[in-house]
Amino acid sequence: MITYIIRRVGQAIIVLAGVTLIVFILQHLLPGSIARAIIGPRATALQIAAFNRQYGLDRPLPLQFASFFGQLLRGNLGYSFKQNMSVDAIVLHDLPNDMLLVGVSLVLALLIAIPVGILQAVRRNQLADYAATGISFVLYSMPSYLLGLLLIALFAVRLRLLPAEAPQQPTITGVLSDPAGLVLPIATLTLVTCALFSRYMRSSAIDSLAQDYIRTARAKGLRQTAILSRHLLRNSLIPVVTLVGISLPGILTFGLIVEQLFNFPGIGLAYFNAAVNGDYPVVFGVTVLVALATVLGNLFADIAYAVLDPRVRYD
Amino acid sequence: MTDASEATAALSPGARPGGGEAARHDAAWRMILRAFVANKLALTGLIMVVAVALFCFAGPLFWHTNQVSTNLLEVNKPPSAAHPLGTDDLGYDVLGRLMAGGQSSLAVGFAVALVATMLGVLYGVISGFAGGVTDAALMRFVDIVLAIPVVYLFIDLASEFKPTLGLLIVVLALLSWLGPARLVRGETLSLRVREYVQAVRTMGGRSGRIIVRHLVPNTAGTIVVNATFQVADAILTLAVLSYLGFSLPPPTATWGGMLENGVNFLYDGYWWEIYPAGLMIVLTVVAFNFIGDGLRDSLDVRLQRR
Repeated sequence: MITYIIRRVGQAIIVLAGVTLIVFILQHLLPGSIARAIIGPRATALQIAAFNRQYGLDRPLPLQFASFFGQLLRGNLGYSFKQNMSVDAIVLHDLPNDMLLVGVSLVLALLIAIPVGILQAVRRNQLADYAATGISFVLYSMPSYLLGLLLIALFAVRLRLLPAEAPQQPTITGVLSDPAGLVLPIATLTLVTCALFSRYMRSSAIDSLAQDYIRTARAKGLRQTAILSRHLLRNSLIPVVTLVGISLPGILTFGLIVEQLFNFPGIGLAYFNAAVNGDYPVVFGVTVLVALATVLGNLFADIAYAVLDPRVRYD
Repeated sequence: MTDASEATAALSPGARPGGGEAARHDAAWRMILRAFVANKLALTGLIMVVAVALFCFAGPLFWHTNQVSTNLLEVNKPPSAAHPLGTDDLGYDVLGRLMAGGQSSLAVGFAVALVATMLGVLYGVISGFAGGVTDAALMRFVDIVLAIPVVYLFIDLASEFKPTLGLLIVVLALLSWLGPARLVRGETLSLRVREYVQAVRTMGGRSGRIIVRHLVPNTAGTIVVNATFQVADAILTLAVLSYLGFSLPPPTATWGGMLENGVNFLYDGYWWEIYPAGLMIVLTVVAFNFIGDGLRDSLDVRLQRR
């Protein structure tokens, strides 16, 4: 078990180093130098050389990579010349908003997808199952911004019940002071995440229903509700850990689109604006950060799975 | 089924390793055909895909519209006899534009699925067959590329390049081959220790022959099912990228681009510029997912991902 965890952590570090290297290479493959993006298109060669010298951009690439990676290991994601702020500060400022959006949506999605999946498994190939499968199929096959648009068209434009825009105050207290504005972004992210989970939950619950312990529970005369809540639900929760871990990159991507659609003050929107404005340090810092979240999500899922399910073998 | 016939072929006198190639290809196609007929879901999906393809490629033969030059006298017109689905903000006929947009969307979807599947199969089979250190190194590379947030990368590219059809296909394919690579590698790991592979080896069949004639054909089910999902995913990703600004330049139409443009008129009530394009995307992606799900059940393929 310990060796398994050590090996997985080792792999995660290798993957992270690889991601950093690729991001670094991309940074230097892109046309237009950082200097030109910062001091403007009419900068002279001399000014560019001075800028590169000042920020160490004239050193050999391997050296630059070493210092880039070294800074990352110390938790320094870079410095945005355009905004005159460290990328860490930008990210930390928006992080609470993102944790609110993604966290609430994730919890809601699980609260919907798990019971629905179990219901579908119990009522397999009946009306309720077909209806739920159909809905998740359509949600799954829809570009996520289209879903957000439909919700805006219905609740904001037609019914005028909710604002079409997320809270516009950038701090977490500001965001929380406008709960009505949070409804549509969270609803959109919840629904697409639900669609991502529910197909998996259904087949996992069907697999669990066919297990021997369910038959044993039936044989000893337990009521259906007891079987479902005490045996099926608990065992269906184990793969959920994996599911959340591996779905993290997808959810973060959906999050980016939702933030862009509703103008939600989060890291995704900051990233989007940075990419449009050529603010490269923010772009690469956030890319590395999302990759880190992905790798940690996978690592966490694998380890939690091994801890939660004693039948899992790790050799 | 294939295993058994391989084994008999290997035992019969005078059989060359991997003989009867034509017959096996025929059998694979018949297997897929039978899967379609047996599975209503897959058949429904197939009919939907054919209908969409006919609409996009044969439709313009009957419904002539100008999708190249703008017509500023006919802007944002509601549906009428002359324009059954109205016109957009540049005066393009929306019905005709749906057909044109569908052509590029379907072309990208199929091309990406084809390229990504070929790349992924090659990579996966080599990784699984080689095993050991090579396998570990190749798979870590897949992990690395998988960890890079794709859509994020595209926004960045969008600010630098205006893509062409070819570039778009290449970039999407370069990011989609990881799934099939992992799947095929997993299958190869279990296939390469089977008896019939050992039989080929004892008869002197080289690695290349084992890979091309035995390993790849035996993962055909997984490959076909995954390729179907790849088409759906590529069409979806293309739509999302259009929304984020990484799309084919005008006057080329894509469904995602139409949707992105129509969003501007949400408050004006120009529904015909938004919902038809959205509906086409959803219909097409649902159709390919139907086919994929149906084939997976019929061919009895276990895919972890869906």
